[in-house]
Amino acid sequence: MEAPKTEMRRKERIDRGIKVRTEGIYALSSLREIIYLMGPRLLLIVGLLLLPLVLELVPYWKRVVNIMCVYALLALAFDFLANYVGLVCLGGAFFIGMGGYLSAIFNSYLGLPFYLSIPLATILGGVFCTVLLLPCLPLRGVYFAIVTLMYPLLMTRIIEAFDILGGTNGISGIDSFPNQYVEHYAIIIVTLLILFALRRFVNQDIGLVLRGVKDNDQSVRASGINITTMKTLAVFVSALIGCFGGAYLVHLYMWAGISLFALDFSIIPIAAVVIGGGGTLVGAVVGSFILVPLSEALRDLGTFRIVIYCAALTAFIVFKSEGIMVYLQRKYHQFERWVKV
Amino acid sequence: MGEGVSETILSGSGITKSFGGLKALSDVGFDIKQGEIFGIIGPNGSGKTTLINCITGFSKPNHGHVFFKGKEITGWPPHKIAHLGITRTFQIMRPYYSLPAFKNLIIPLWSPRARKLGGWRGGGKHGDRDTVAVDILEEIGFERDSRVPYKLASTLPTGYQKRLELARCISMRPEIIFCDEVFSGLSMSEIAGMMPLIEKLKMEGVTLIMVEHRLRELFRVADRVMALQFGEKIAEGLSQDVIENKQVKEAYLGTEEV
Repeated sequence: MEAPKTEMRRKERIDRGIKVRTEGIYALSSLREIIYLMGPRLLLIVGLLLLPLVLELVPYWKRVVNIMCVYALLALAFDFLANYVGLVCLGGAFFIGMGGYLSAIFNSYLGLPFYLSIPLATILGGVFCTVLLLPCLPLRGVYFAIVTLMYPLLMTRIIEAFDILGGTNGISGIDSFPNQYVEHYAIIIVTLLILFALRRFVNQDIGLVLRGVKDNDQSVRASGINITTMKTLAVFVSALIGCFGGAYLVHLYMWAGISLFALDFSIIPIAAVVIGGGGTLVGAVVGSFILVPLSEALRDLGTFRIVIYCAALTAFIVFKSEGIMVYLQRKYHQFERWVKV
Repeated sequence: MGEGVSETILSGSGITKSFGGLKALSDVGFDIKQGEIFGIIGPNGSGKTTLINCITGFSKPNHGHVFFKGKEITGWPPHKIAHLGITRTFQIMRPYYSLPAFKNLIIPLWSPRARKLGGWRGGGKHGDRDTVAVDILEEIGFERDSRVPYKLASTLPTGYQKRLELARCISMRPEIIFCDEVFSGLSMSEIAGMMPLIEKLKMEGVTLIMVEHRLRELFRVADRVMALQFGEKIAEGLSQDVIENKQVKEAYLGTEEV
């Protein structure tokens, strides 16, 4: 039989050749496939690294990048605990406040430079937060969430009532960063590192155990693993991330006050995760990068921005409850190309 | 029973558990020998699963004692009991739905017990857990070269999910496995596929305690059987004796008014 004159062609999904059996394992055999796989990642990394340089054109927005990254960190911490360990933690404000005040103490009272006070505050804050949350770890579901919400309120009242740590005036005179590029890149690089480290962590064996705790904690216990230990570890990881954000913030504002325990730090990250797509980690970052600038752009509207904010959030939950990143990832994997038969 | 089966591995005495006013278990005692298959039967609500929960630490008995190799383990937390090598399956299987089947086994393989004992049959202490997991799944009837071991656990059919439960226990390298109704909900051919597994585990010296409603299949493999009704032990002994026991028959079929 003669070969057909016209060239036979059909459509094929780009990822068809490179996906191996299970999710997340790829066999790459050409540069094109590597670019296909790495493209979105590189876009995020390079884009974020170039952002402060691009924003030289509109200097007002440069500070927003820092705040955006702090919220991204909190959203990452929330997404990790909620969607990989099954603990709904509203402790963003608690982490920020703890990290912030500790860094302020180290810097202002003990005179440590910022490159020591931030790491120390991160680690010590992580330990403090974990120890304080330890009694509520056996609680599940909404109870844990409520307790994590109570702590920031408690801390605020303690600082007010006893007039310690500067009382309602807060601690001022904290060192700022030496220049604005240190300021930008300190937080951008940490955000990227934590994003990719967490993605790796949840797919390690120990990460799988944490995900097991979310799916079926009884079965994990029956497998001879102490789930309280695992939850403690997860909360510690989360608290570290949040406390870094707080420690960074006080050096950014050169001031630490009770507004570090504000509810915003607990609520906005959740909204960011909802918009970005829960359980993707990168969605948490993308969600913060949408919400924080949006909130900044609506600043002129005053309190009316809350209305727009809520409307946007409701619209997302109703129409795209899976979140932006889940949607985009699916579409990206559905890209097709023509191939010869 | 095979040769040298005499040593008691697990025993309990006077186990009592009540939920409010309801006595789920009253004064149940047992004596399980190393390497035997011990069946627990009884009508619905007779306390079989409660007994397992009390032994494996998922609920604490009000009274009574449980001994493992002469050591009292009453009221220990479940993970400590599992660490001794006493594992269980759950009647309502809930695998880790968001993970592929073979990744389900990473969790027991990561447990302190499995790590202490090293790899599973030559997997090596530093062996790749993924490889070990696929080996175990193959052993238990997941075809290695098919897509089945790599599928999400939520998409597996019931038969495979039951096997996965059992695989989770096996990867702990257990001394005792409590099988809570592993046969229920399976077709005859699926049960026929599970039988060799049970026999193989027995040959390897694992003590099996099987709670079952499928009596015919149970009596085929069990060495000794204990029957419960309304939380009380009504019979214990060799399979053929228990099945002939008048009280057991009444418990299952009801009594005839004369």
